[in-house]
Amino acid sequence: MQNTISMQDHLAKVYALWLREFKVFLRERSRLVASTFTPILWLFVIGSGLGSAAPSELPPGVDYQQFIFPGIVSMSIIFTSVFYGSYIIWDRKFDFLKSVMVAPVSRTTVFVGKTLGGMTNSLIQATILLAIGVAMGIPFTPLSLAQAAAVVLLMSFGLTSLGLALGSYMYSLEGFQMIVSFVVFPLFFLSGALFPLDNLPEWLSVLTAADPATYGVDALRNLMLGTGTYGVELDLAILVGYTAALGAFGVYSFGRMKAV
Amino acid sequence: MIKIRSLVKKYGDHIAVDNLTLDINENEVFGLLGSNGAGKTTIIHMLATLLKPSSGSATVNGYDIVCQPAKVRSSIGIVFQAPSSDDMLTGYENLQLHSMLYSIPRHTRKQRIDEVLKLVGLTERRHDQVKTYSGGMRRRLEIARGLLHKPKVMFLDEPTLGLDPASRETMWRYIQRLVREEKMTVILTTHYMEEADILCDRIGIIDKGRIVALDTPKGLKAGLGGDIIRIKTRYNPDKISQLDFVHKVEQSNGFLVLSVNNAKRDLPMLLRHVEAEIVEFASPTLNDVFIHLTGRKMKEEQPEGGFAEKYAKYD
Repeated sequence: MQNTISMQDHLAKVYALWLREFKVFLRERSRLVASTFTPILWLFVIGSGLGSAAPSELPPGVDYQQFIFPGIVSMSIIFTSVFYGSYIIWDRKFDFLKSVMVAPVSRTTVFVGKTLGGMTNSLIQATILLAIGVAMGIPFTPLSLAQAAAVVLLMSFGLTSLGLALGSYMYSLEGFQMIVSFVVFPLFFLSGALFPLDNLPEWLSVLTAADPATYGVDALRNLMLGTGTYGVELDLAILVGYTAALGAFGVYSFGRMKAV
Repeated sequence: MIKIRSLVKKYGDHIAVDNLTLDINENEVFGLLGSNGAGKTTIIHMLATLLKPSSGSATVNGYDIVCQPAKVRSSIGIVFQAPSSDDMLTGYENLQLHSMLYSIPRHTRKQRIDEVLKLVGLTERRHDQVKTYSGGMRRRLEIARGLLHKPKVMFLDEPTLGLDPASRETMWRYIQRLVREEKMTVILTTHYMEEADILCDRIGIIDKGRIVALDTPKGLKAGLGGDIIRIKTRYNPDKISQLDFVHKVEQSNGFLVLSVNNAKRDLPMLLRHVEAEIVEFASPTLNDVFIHLTGRKMKEEQPEGGFAEKYAKYD
């Protein structure tokens, strides 16, 4: 009766796995402190430093620090989400993964539970940053805050899936460092988090257009500052497409992951 | 309860499990005894659906390990070689997580967790994070986790590996207790002879992926043919070999090694005939059985439990 396992049962197991991720997150506060501090540093040091050299192409009425604020929120999501993939390697290292794999739980359930853990993590960090944004005078409305949170979750779902999928093929944390160089930094630098996309050289604009994070940054910039390159509808459509593809990649990768 | 038919696991050219056929009965404690790398864990991993066999088949609780993995998983509990609980969570939280993964109904969950915690003696420490537990406690928590869903079959993969002698004996008591109280089939792998001897109803000695002997611990030892007496004497060996209770006499390091049926009964008789400087005697241990069968000593064997330490010395 393997295929008649009810949806409710599946959700209960997802909840159990998510709860574990969340409890661990709450107990490892240093993780939260460290990963929130870096974006704040970027926001104030890079924001003020480069801001004083003021790129001339900024939209009218927006200073550089405000301009990069949506980018820094995205940065925090990119780093946290993709890094979350390393926790599947930890789970494997400490044999926790084996104990889950030997339980009557599908690989998809394991993947969804883990991904929700990563999304929760990203959302909490983004919330802290959004609070700082309110203090910085970003003109939020309750609606735009809720919309921003939705974009954060969407982006984080896609990128956590990517991190977990890549992590599922790896057996050492050292190997995961490569992902930082070849995935995390390109995703961030090419996303237009730090510069406007309008007057880029041809080769760079091709790369930024291919980066899924670009549409997250642009959506957030549209919602927070009312200015952007693509318009929020297009941003969301492309983001949903990317996220679905990355989610499918994650489910596929967990399905073929070795148990021992 | 478990039927294994011509099971094979290959890693490239290396054959980890070589055409294994074996039946394990309901409610028996079955030991897989072998040195490291003999293939014990590979067998367990295949039976627990974590590894796919290269060929052959097996059923656990009537379910095929390849075609019905979910049913097999619901039927088994397993304690891995290395503890696998999340050490950021408390013992109780780990059990809670797994009781949900095994779909234990909400209203019986708490009661069952309390039961298994009590069984392994962790009730007092249930709300402490696992990272504060000792090695023995972690291992017991794993057992509790394996028991949560009342499995028909429990796999214990080297349950006392790396524990100090005192924790090992505690662990044995808990394993004996769970066999008594929970009524299940237990498959245990170990490379500790003494452990297999104390805990198992039947033992399969495994070497290079094959079962080389299969019997009760008593039967395996009886297979070696009685006890051994070692004496140091100037007496003529040929005369000793003529005594009717002595089967065989060999010389080794200045000692005479006599094979007899029952050393305790035959030794006083021997001393009536022979004047000896030093006398030692011993019953064969599983270690002797292992050496006899494989021609090798067990790797990483414990100092206690070997033949030499079992000699009673009379100077």
